[in-house]
Amino acid sequence: MMSSDKSVFLIGQGVKSPWYVGNTARGLLEKFGTERVIDTPVSENAITGVAVGAAIAGMRPVVVHPRMDFMLYAMDPIINEAANWHYMFGGRSNVPVVIWSIINRGGEQAAQHSQALHALFAHIPGLKVVMPSTPYDAKGLMISAIKDDNPVIYIDDRWLYNIEGEVPEEIYEVPIGKAIIRKEGKDITLAATSYMVYEAIQAAEELSKDGIDVEVIDIRSIKPLDKKMLLNSVQKTGRFVVVDGGWKTCGFSAEVSALVSENGFKYLKAPIIRVTLPDTPAPASYRLEKEYYPTHIDIIKGIKKAIGDEEE
Amino acid sequence: MKKYTKGFLENLYRQIIRIRFCEESLVEPILKGEIKCPCHLYSGEEAIATGVCAALEERDYVFGNHRSHGHYLAKGGSMPELIAEIYGKETGCSKGRGGSMHVIVPDKGLLGAAPLVAGTISLAVGAALAAKIRKEDRVTVSFFGDGAAGEGVLYESLNFASLKKLPIIFACENNLYSTHMPIRECRPGNNIFKSSVPFCIPGYRVDGNDVLKVYELSKKAVELCRKGQGPVFIEFMTYRLRGHVGPDDNIQGTHTDIRPKTEIEKWTKRDPIKRFEKTLLKNRILTKEDLEIIRKETEAEVKNAYVFTMNSPYPEKNELTKYVFKE
Ligand SMILES: Cc1ncc(C[n+]2csc(CCOP(=O)(O)OP(=O)(O)O)c2C)c(N)n1
Ligand SMILES: [Mg+2]
Repeated sequence: MMSSDKSVFLIGQGVKSPWYVGNTARGLLEKFGTERVIDTPVSENAITGVAVGAAIAGMRPVVVHPRMDFMLYAMDPIINEAANWHYMFGGRSNVPVVIWSIINRGGEQAAQHSQALHALFAHIPGLKVVMPSTPYDAKGLMISAIKDDNPVIYIDDRWLYNIEGEVPEEIYEVPIGKAIIRKEGKDITLAATSYMVYEAIQAAEELSKDGIDVEVIDIRSIKPLDKKMLLNSVQKTGRFVVVDGGWKTCGFSAEVSALVSENGFKYLKAPIIRVTLPDTPAPASYRLEKEYYPTHIDIIKGIKKAIGDEEE
Repeated sequence: MKKYTKGFLENLYRQIIRIRFCEESLVEPILKGEIKCPCHLYSGEEAIATGVCAALEERDYVFGNHRSHGHYLAKGGSMPELIAEIYGKETGCSKGRGGSMHVIVPDKGLLGAAPLVAGTISLAVGAALAAKIRKEDRVTVSFFGDGAAGEGVLYESLNFASLKKLPIIFACENNLYSTHMPIRECRPGNNIFKSSVPFCIPGYRVDGNDVLKVYELSKKAVELCRKGQGPVFIEFMTYRLRGHVGPDDNIQGTHTDIRPKTEIEKWTKRDPIKRFEKTLLKNRILTKEDLEIIRKETEAEVKNAYVFTMNSPYPEKNELTKYVFKE
């Protein structure tokens, strides 16, 4: 994208260091130079504002926050400014900025280095929020986000960085607002976000041994949500479990559950089940971390509950 | 030298050595993977916490950052509870919930250390405001790094603290780097100590690897604060002898310590502990044997901290959600 569109530039902490951002910015500095690959002081609020301002002035900046937690310093330029800008000026100006951030869960990093805040941003009118789970989607959604004329919050999970997959050389788009079925099934719909997609697939594979045919949907786009795909699937299966790496209360899982029950209540044969983080900050101690992060085992339990087969 | 008692200097030495030995004891367990939580070691910077906290009373407040093992120990934190915290044990100073980057000693005035860069500066101003409202004779010290000078909240805090004439010392530990970024790439000039001047706060710069100089200036700053003539801003020039996080950025996976070898060597020669030892010996305050005894005693203290940690339980699984709210 940086080659084909001169208005694209990357700015944020660590873009020149292999130490940061899971190595994803490697090689860019050599290719595009410090004018378009800008490493910054620790100044999230101002740097995000700079990206937003450059977008208003016609650039297509990607501003990166190596940990989502650090981005909280930048809530003002993101929410007050970027999200509202197009509306409050009656459509006369827009903000084509990508705000890329990474959830850094685990590793005993504790409460201030592990937060998954996608629901918080999805709550804000004027922001789009995407969470790719595969290398193919990571590229395709980034390209769509850059081309989008609105502010897009693009969220990675550090736990995804070990996953490998085919990625075409050329420029291609994965549309924002479209989920994807990762595994077809007829007994129950399992919708998951980001890294939790892999736990969901594992759960589905294990349950297939018990003859339970799970349909796994990778949400990919938190906002806008692919309502159609979710409802079509629930119509087919009649049961719904949502898995999210964020907190439960007022979280993304609550939004999806509301959407399904508001629009698909007549299809449902059982209550919706949510598998999420508990409403607790991330603990440091490894022992507590193991309890904290849900896995395929928790998902299997949730599914069994949804199909009325819970062995207590 | 004459103005200090032997006891005072001996305690200062004991403190600086405690921090060094405690930090260095973490190196092996980190490399072995026994310690999983990210540790930002304070080796090379010990003179600052030691000197500043020696100028404080127990009732005075301190806030720290991600690199706060030294602040914790110097403000009176227990070494066993620090090591236990780093190992994620229930007996840690934060009950294993916080790890290395979240240490606290509420009863000794360390009101908290947390790793969001510059995140605790305004909190320290708030604590100073509380002391002033309650008319207490308490000084607050806010420790932060040169990297934190990039955050706007520092300047907002300086302005407000000065407006309200708060008894607070802004203690900037300038180790010339903010993760992989040398200070010259973060600021047009290497002059953080001047940052406070536009806010009518005097700004000082001092050799942060000279524990006595650190103490002298801190004492002066504390006195100003106690007389209602705060705030004070001090920039302590120093250098970390270890990696940004963990023992060495060059052996932890990728080769990311971009600091020139010659620079590291230059600063190794300015090791605050070697320098203080030299001063103590030259002025015949302590003998080589005295130093050796203190070192042996400190080694034993460190060992005990590990025994305590190894004998401590992990938090109970069913207590994951404990402490979300104060019940
Ligand atoms: C708000 C925020 N942004 C980024 C980070 C990542 N980070 C952790 S430590 C650090 C460097 C801080 O440098 P400095 O303040 O000089 O302290 P030092 O590590 O040198 O002691 C950074 C950027 C963070 N913890 N918080
Ligand atoms: Mg620094």
